[in-house]
Amino acid sequence: MAQDQTGFVVELEQFSGPLDLLLHLIREDEVDITDLPIAKIADQFLAVISELGLNQAADYLEMAARLLRIKAQMLLPRRVGDDEWEDPRAELVRRLLEYQQIRELVDWLGAAAARRAEQFGRGFAPEPPAAPPAPLVIDLNDLLAAAERVIALIPEPVLHRVVPRPLDVEGATERIQALLAERAAFGWGDVVGERPSLVDVLSAFIALLELAKRGSLHVHQAGPFAPIQIRRESPRAAH
Amino acid sequence: MSPLAQLIEAALFASARPLPVEELETLDPQAGAAAVRAALAELRDAFATGDHGVELIEIAQGWQFLTRREYAEAIDRAQFALRPRRLSPAALETLAIIAYRQPVGRLEVDEIRGVDSGAVIEKLAERGLVEIVTRGEGLGRPLLYGTTPQFLEILGLKDLDELPRLEELSVALRPPPAAPAETE
Repeated sequence: MAQDQTGFVVELEQFSGPLDLLLHLIREDEVDITDLPIAKIADQFLAVISELGLNQAADYLEMAARLLRIKAQMLLPRRVGDDEWEDPRAELVRRLLEYQQIRELVDWLGAAAARRAEQFGRGFAPEPPAAPPAPLVIDLNDLLAAAERVIALIPEPVLHRVVPRPLDVEGATERIQALLAERAAFGWGDVVGERPSLVDVLSAFIALLELAKRGSLHVHQAGPFAPIQIRRESPRAAH
Repeated sequence: MSPLAQLIEAALFASARPLPVEELETLDPQAGAAAVRAALAELRDAFATGDHGVELIEIAQGWQFLTRREYAEAIDRAQFALRPRRLSPAALETLAIIAYRQPVGRLEVDEIRGVDSGAVIEKLAERGLVEIVTRGEGLGRPLLYGTTPQFLEILGLKDLDELPRLEELSVALRPPPAAPAETE
């Protein structure tokens, strides 16, 4: 592998992790795990990770730092017969032994899987049948939460509609006055025309009431919903 | 062969997965577990002693017909069936830890392996070999993983008790033998 390899190593094919690499080095040297020659192993570890470009992988880097720290601790002088002294390698040795056990299990599992792969089961895998509708088991909070979600989906209700055109009471008043000038009496239909819009009807009605109040005309309806009759108010002299 | 054994043979043939005894009992409500077990033994012996290309295997807490080992090569070459993808060493490491420590959280797996195992665990879960079984008591109530029946199936194990016991492993407090290790 190239010495100048750069970039993060995503798939490390040779080693499954720093412990694996460490174990590999220990096996190569045939040294005793429990009496690890830490200085030597640390140097080898550093050499390998820089050679393989693993020095960019955080897990390996962390182990490298740990090894160097243990190496330094081993170099510190200590008093003979000091009971307080704890072997700085102890934790690493414990992990290595545990890991070694896992590696042995890996061999066992790999062999079992390979053996099983020599036998084929029935290949037929039917589509799973459509699941029947599940019985509705739901608690109140879930129900309320669901209702809230549905309500949130409803668009804001339309509270009012903007009238595109304001009422034209003045225009209607003029039209009615023109009619009054022509005829003494006429009907509602004459005021609003054939196909009045809502605005036309409202404008005409307000104009009619206004004119009636002013005494310009008389509005008469024979019964509820009967045609509205409009007639010119006969001028009364003294009123 | 007894009628029950024949019925069970048909059911096992129709199924793509190992069938446990409790499920086989539903074939004949009158039969009962003991009769089903007897019929399974009868069936297994019939296929073991006769001239057959398949054999009845107890696997993953159930029973399944599997092709005999000697035909694996020919079936594989003809591509009538696909062998399962082999698991990477990282996947096997993770599986081993989960199998022995279950229920176990990701942090513990990370610590034993010395590497971040999140992606590996996710892949194993995708393949249905491990699953979240519960949540831990600790900080943040971590997800705890365990193995699935599928795990037993790809290893050809009846149950977890067939895994080697830790005290049986040869690893002890001594250096490995001088023979070249399998790594490399």
